[in-house]
Amino acid sequence: MATPIVDVRNLCKYYEHGESSTVALDGVTLQIEAGDFVAVAGPSGSGKSTFMHIIGLLDEPSSGQYFLEGQDVSSLSDDARADIRSRRLGFVFQSYNLLARTSALENVELPMLYAGIGSAERHRQALEELRVVGVEDVASHSSNQMSGGQQQRVAIARSLVNNPALVLADEPTGALDTKSSKEIMQIFTRLNEERGVTILVVTHEPSVAAYAKRVITFRDGRVIADGSHAKTEDLETVGL
Amino acid sequence: MTLRLALTALLRNRTRSLLTMLGVIIGVAAVIVTVAIGAGARASIQTQINALGSNMLVVIPGSITMQGGAVRTGFGGSSTLTPADGLAIASLPGVAAVSPAVGLRVQAVAGANNWQTQLSGVAPTYTFIRGWPIDKGMFFSQNDVISAAKVCVLGQTVARNLFPDGSSPIGKTVIMRGVPFIVIGTLTPKGQSGLGQDQDDAILVPYTSAMQRLTGQTTYVQMLMVSANDPKQISMLENEINVLLAQRHRIVPPAQNDFSVSNLADIAAAASSTGAVMELLLAGVAAVSLVVGGIGIMNIMLVSVTERTREIGLRRAVGARAGLILRQFLTESIVLSTLGGLLGVIAGLVGTQLVAALAKWPMTIPPEWIIISVLFASLVGVFFGYYPARKASMLRPIEALRFE
Repeated sequence: MATPIVDVRNLCKYYEHGESSTVALDGVTLQIEAGDFVAVAGPSGSGKSTFMHIIGLLDEPSSGQYFLEGQDVSSLSDDARADIRSRRLGFVFQSYNLLARTSALENVELPMLYAGIGSAERHRQALEELRVVGVEDVASHSSNQMSGGQQQRVAIARSLVNNPALVLADEPTGALDTKSSKEIMQIFTRLNEERGVTILVVTHEPSVAAYAKRVITFRDGRVIADGSHAKTEDLETVGL
Repeated sequence: MTLRLALTALLRNRTRSLLTMLGVIIGVAAVIVTVAIGAGARASIQTQINALGSNMLVVIPGSITMQGGAVRTGFGGSSTLTPADGLAIASLPGVAAVSPAVGLRVQAVAGANNWQTQLSGVAPTYTFIRGWPIDKGMFFSQNDVISAAKVCVLGQTVARNLFPDGSSPIGKTVIMRGVPFIVIGTLTPKGQSGLGQDQDDAILVPYTSAMQRLTGQTTYVQMLMVSANDPKQISMLENEINVLLAQRHRIVPPAQNDFSVSNLADIAAAASSTGAVMELLLAGVAAVSLVVGGIGIMNIMLVSVTERTREIGLRRAVGARAGLILRQFLTESIVLSTLGGLLGVIAGLVGTQLVAALAKWPMTIPPEWIIISVLFASLVGVFFGYYPARKASMLRPIEALRFE
């Protein structure tokens, strides 16, 4: 069996507030295989965001182990984590996070800039990815000239340019209307099916989770359900 | 790459970048203009001192003590110098020319006009010693000195006031203390002295004429003006004159010299060092405004870091190392301050030209100050840019991304 993309064992995260401490993750053990499309569901405060931050190397676990593509990344230096984020991970955020007054094309080029890729190659690849998500016609527009749906597509293109092992999407449809949400989720589905991109979507909306092949449900820092197909009953039992 | 990132970020906010630079622009321009004013003042003092004759030595009688030690006169209080002392000094090697001088205030009368002015009795060498050429007519000769001729040469101010109709004074008669003198020449205009005196308000006559016909003091002169061949030999010459005159006046230690030799080069050096201090003081005041400009940069950069927190979070998320964020923000502030410095130099040069043209003030810009002020501006950028840049690089990516 091939090395899983994500392999976490007994992952814990505590937040200290003086005397007391909050448990955000309480012993999470799971694996995500290459080519999977996973939805992480759960109410707010369930630990799903913390889980995504740790998987995305934006945060460190308090204890437990994390192997990304077989490499132990549980306790790397800040610079080493930045380098892995640059080359192996892609991020899509709820609020798009495009740079203001910067063209879509330059936004998509940004991760390649930090990965040290040359100007011509950056340009070519950024245009290519904009074409994949269907917004090549707004390449020269800046974020205030684009609709929310267009901005999120540019953000997806940005997450793809370095051919990451894993794309992490944090509530990617949270700020979008139903139609745009649907289009965004269809793009993720297509990328997963046609290009084999491994995707992890954090969401609290069952309609979004329904696009995934596998749904992991969090509550109080633990995985309470992990099914290859989202079952409405599962979600209902956790109060969604 | 860092420079590119910084430039892109700055160009994205053109107005803010320009306003931020304004502090540095004004600061550097202020440094340039004030230094130019200071240096200009120093240069003009220097020119005026040179006009007095920078290789000139002045011998005046010394102080004497009268009434049994109760009253001491100042230098020049005694009468000890004679024209013969002057001749003896003239024979020293390294001496170009010597002129005795006696001075008095006179009421000069020419026809219906009269004017009170300073009369100097001097030798024909005077024009050479003072570097003051004749405008019209001629200067008196050694023969005029020997015969104590009743001839005079007028400064421009005197000529203008005694002959207001603009007619040529040459050949006319000017009466002073009842003695008629024939005007044989006029001097070129010399302007004000360093002390603000009108040097053209003067009448020159042979020193013998002044002594015999006007003052009645026929033995002693008030001053000996000595011009050296080489300004570098001034202090050596000063010593030689001291020795020579002490011998001639038979002064035996512990008795004090009854004369005093002063050196205009010393005065020149003192004046120019005063100018340098003033220049430095002005530059210091201007440098304060440059520091204030730097604080302005820090302010804007701090605001910018807060405003761009999410951007920083995103840059970190897509793979920028903390060090790169630090370098980007530091580069932004250095670019702002250096560019501001260069624009400030241009503004300073324009300002200098304006002040020079409007205030008719002599301005000189020492080139090293241009380099110093631009370098200082860059340093201000590094110094005041570091704190905001460090703050930006220390932001934790998840917190930065969550920032509203």
